[in-house]
Amino acid sequence: MKRVLVAILLIVFVISIAWVLQVQHQNQTRVLTISTTTSLYDTGLLEEAIAPAFKEKYGIELHFIPKGTGAAIQDAKNGASDAIMVHARSKEVKFMEEGYGVNRKIFAYNFFVIVGPPEDPAEIKGLSPVEALKKIAEAGRSGKAIWVSRDDGSGTNTKEKALWKMAGFDYVEVKEENWFRRTGTGMGATLNYANNVGGYTLSDTGTYLKFRKDGLISLEALVDKGEELINIYAIIIVNPEKFQKDFEGAILLAKWLTSREGQKIIGQFGVDQYDKPLFFPIVSVLEKKEEPIYDWILRYGLIEDGDKLTECPQRYRYQSSLTFFEVNQT
Amino acid sequence: MTWEYVLKGIEGAFEMIASLDVEVADIALRSIKVSGIATLMAAIIGIPTGVALGISTFRGRNVLRSFFNGMLGIPTVVMGLILYLILAPAGPLGSLKLLYTEMGISFGQMLLILPIVVSFTASSIESVEREIRELALTLGASRAEATLKVIREASAGVLLAVIAAFNRAIAELGIALMVGGNIFVRGGALNTRVLTTSIQMYVARGDIDIAIALGMILLGIVFVITTVSNFLQSRWVLK
Amino acid sequence: MIRLVGITKRYGETEALRDVSLEIKKGDVFAIIGSSGAGKTTLLRIISMLETDYSGEYYLNDIDVRKNQEDLRKRITMVFQKPVMFNTSVFDNVAYGLRIRGLSSREVESRVNSVLELVGLYELRKKNAKKLSGGEQQRVALARALVLETEVLVLDEPTANLDAGNVQMIEAIIKEITDDGVTVVMATHNLFQAKRLANMVAYLNSGELVEVGSVKQIFESPEKEMTKRFIMGETYF
Ligand SMILES: Nc1ncnc2c1ncn2[C@@H]1O[C@H](COP(=O)(O)OP(=O)(O)OP(=O)(O)O)[C@@H](O)[C@H]1O
Ligand SMILES: [Mg+2]
Repeated sequence: MKRVLVAILLIVFVISIAWVLQVQHQNQTRVLTISTTTSLYDTGLLEEAIAPAFKEKYGIELHFIPKGTGAAIQDAKNGASDAIMVHARSKEVKFMEEGYGVNRKIFAYNFFVIVGPPEDPAEIKGLSPVEALKKIAEAGRSGKAIWVSRDDGSGTNTKEKALWKMAGFDYVEVKEENWFRRTGTGMGATLNYANNVGGYTLSDTGTYLKFRKDGLISLEALVDKGEELINIYAIIIVNPEKFQKDFEGAILLAKWLTSREGQKIIGQFGVDQYDKPLFFPIVSVLEKKEEPIYDWILRYGLIEDGDKLTECPQRYRYQSSLTFFEVNQT
Repeated sequence: MTWEYVLKGIEGAFEMIASLDVEVADIALRSIKVSGIATLMAAIIGIPTGVALGISTFRGRNVLRSFFNGMLGIPTVVMGLILYLILAPAGPLGSLKLLYTEMGISFGQMLLILPIVVSFTASSIESVEREIRELALTLGASRAEATLKVIREASAGVLLAVIAAFNRAIAELGIALMVGGNIFVRGGALNTRVLTTSIQMYVARGDIDIAIALGMILLGIVFVITTVSNFLQSRWVLK
Repeated sequence: MIRLVGITKRYGETEALRDVSLEIKKGDVFAIIGSSGAGKTTLLRIISMLETDYSGEYYLNDIDVRKNQEDLRKRITMVFQKPVMFNTSVFDNVAYGLRIRGLSSREVESRVNSVLELVGLYELRKKNAKKLSGGEQQRVALARALVLETEVLVLDEPTANLDAGNVQMIEAIIKEITDDGVTVVMATHNLFQAKRLANMVAYLNSGELVEVGSVKQIFESPEKEMTKRFIMGETYF
């Protein structure tokens, strides 16, 4: 018996030491749980910039759960989160249509890049995204190039599917071809894989720049211009009629993200490390109608609502102090 | 591809450990705490269950024994997925509010390692059960005293079971990720990031040096715990 | 003192004992001989009250054992064929039965120490019993039983697989205690040992009791042909 006692005491001892040493102030902190996408999360923007500033201001702790956009939406549907921060408009609309989400606000944008080996066997450098994909498919079919797809239902993957469609390919068919590789994982792992096999892939800027800067990959950004590559991030709040979540807190976050302070923090993140921002504030573009981005955002970031384009159609708005951008369709 | 980044990573890892990086220490301590609580709960539930299964001969015993044996190797991702679905607010146990909390990870890991504690305890009891019981009985012990003696004699095996359980808990990823969510806010009170989840995250992000540092810490913890338990055990046997 | 009537014991299909009846008197040194698998251990386990699942009757000092097994068990102790050690020191091994009986620690200490002296293990009393040699373990097992000073001592092959020195020592101890009037029931392969130690002998064959008698009778003029053959065979080989 003595031995069992000693063993139990030992365990208790170890736990309590860990407990005491760990800085703990667990006094009724208000918490918002946000399901989000890996590409947004892995840059560090959320945890290193947004969470501390928001906590400082409102005392609310932001808990980010990174998943692919598809999984993040599922997470919210399971009632696990207060809001989602994602980048796949079609899926966002569906999420709201099903009654799970309300009050969509767009808060940042950047561009996807098509990256590939420096030798560029498909010769896509400088082409438009659609032309580039056509060339890659052609080179792929003649055994000269490899395309790497995340194929994980993420926002990046959703964008990729849309691009293939624009280029005249059926994603479901083309992904079965032998030059088309699917990783089914996050952006970082996919970049590593593409780097190892000398393939092309679609990446968000943030993750690509980070891996490139750390010398983990030698892939080059070959196509980084074109409206089709715009990547727009939105926050959608979980419908309070579906789940009893912290609706007010989530509204506060949406408001703060699109406030002057929030937008500034987003725009500055990563500048000191990469010499350029990883994300661009979206509000000023909308306010000042800065072309050509303004036009691209209208086309890729807004949703039709009768004769208007808006970030959140009337029927998906739930009473709050938020205001929504809208513009008449021309 | 060169090996340079690996060397750089190891170098960075040593620097980080040597300078006692607060964030790294916080994550390591959380791992110990969360898995320690899981182990404690599993021990409190599992040891009596294992003892009961080891010494008794009721009808369903073999079924239960094979159930726990079968659960020994359950993949942690499957366990994580099941727990996620159960603990999500829309799930059957959603009202417990355990999803994305430390307690949730502990709860999940407890379920994961319970079969280890039960099965190993039961087998260490069984391995001494007949001989020790009869010896105690013939030396004049009552049935209850004989049972107690059997448990005492099996205690070294039980300790081993508990250590193995802790090692499995602290080294698993699936539950910590899916039930814990790898939440981290600097200075936050309700973080759930542990060693395994942060290792996979930093690898995904390409921060190899931090990942290596955390990996070495994880190995270190497992190594120290195992060594200490081996030492205790040999002391007890040798005397 | 011990009276068995019509004892039958089955292990599934095998009948380990069939209709065994015998009587053991107080102060007897009762040896059970028989070839391997004859049922010696089974019989000793029944006498020691470690078995409950058998048919037949068993009386200890005219008390029905089958109805009072829990209370009576303290009166008999058995030394197993294969010694089992608790994972504790030699001293604690030997002290176990006394502590169970609620003796004061002073009394435990003096009794254990004197028994350890008797079996020549006093020097090793602090060592873990599991680390001892086979012969030493056999002596711990004997000491553990002796220290209890029970009315009946049951020994299952107490000297099997031991060297001559250990055999001599253990036989000397058994002689010494039987001179004090303790009843001993022992199983043995070794007919010479039976001759040296016992006053009564029972020959068991395939679960059946072939013949019981005094040493003199069994070894010099056995009634049954079977007994004769066994004794001749074992003696000459
Ligand atoms: N637990 C058990 N389960 C099944 N059969 C058993 C069991 N114990 C003993 N037996 C069988 O009962 C018979 C008698 O066994 P027992 O151990 O009494 O023999 P023994 O005379 O002591 O032999 P040995 O001289 O080899 O020790 C043997 O056939 C043995 O196989
Ligand atoms: Mg035997």
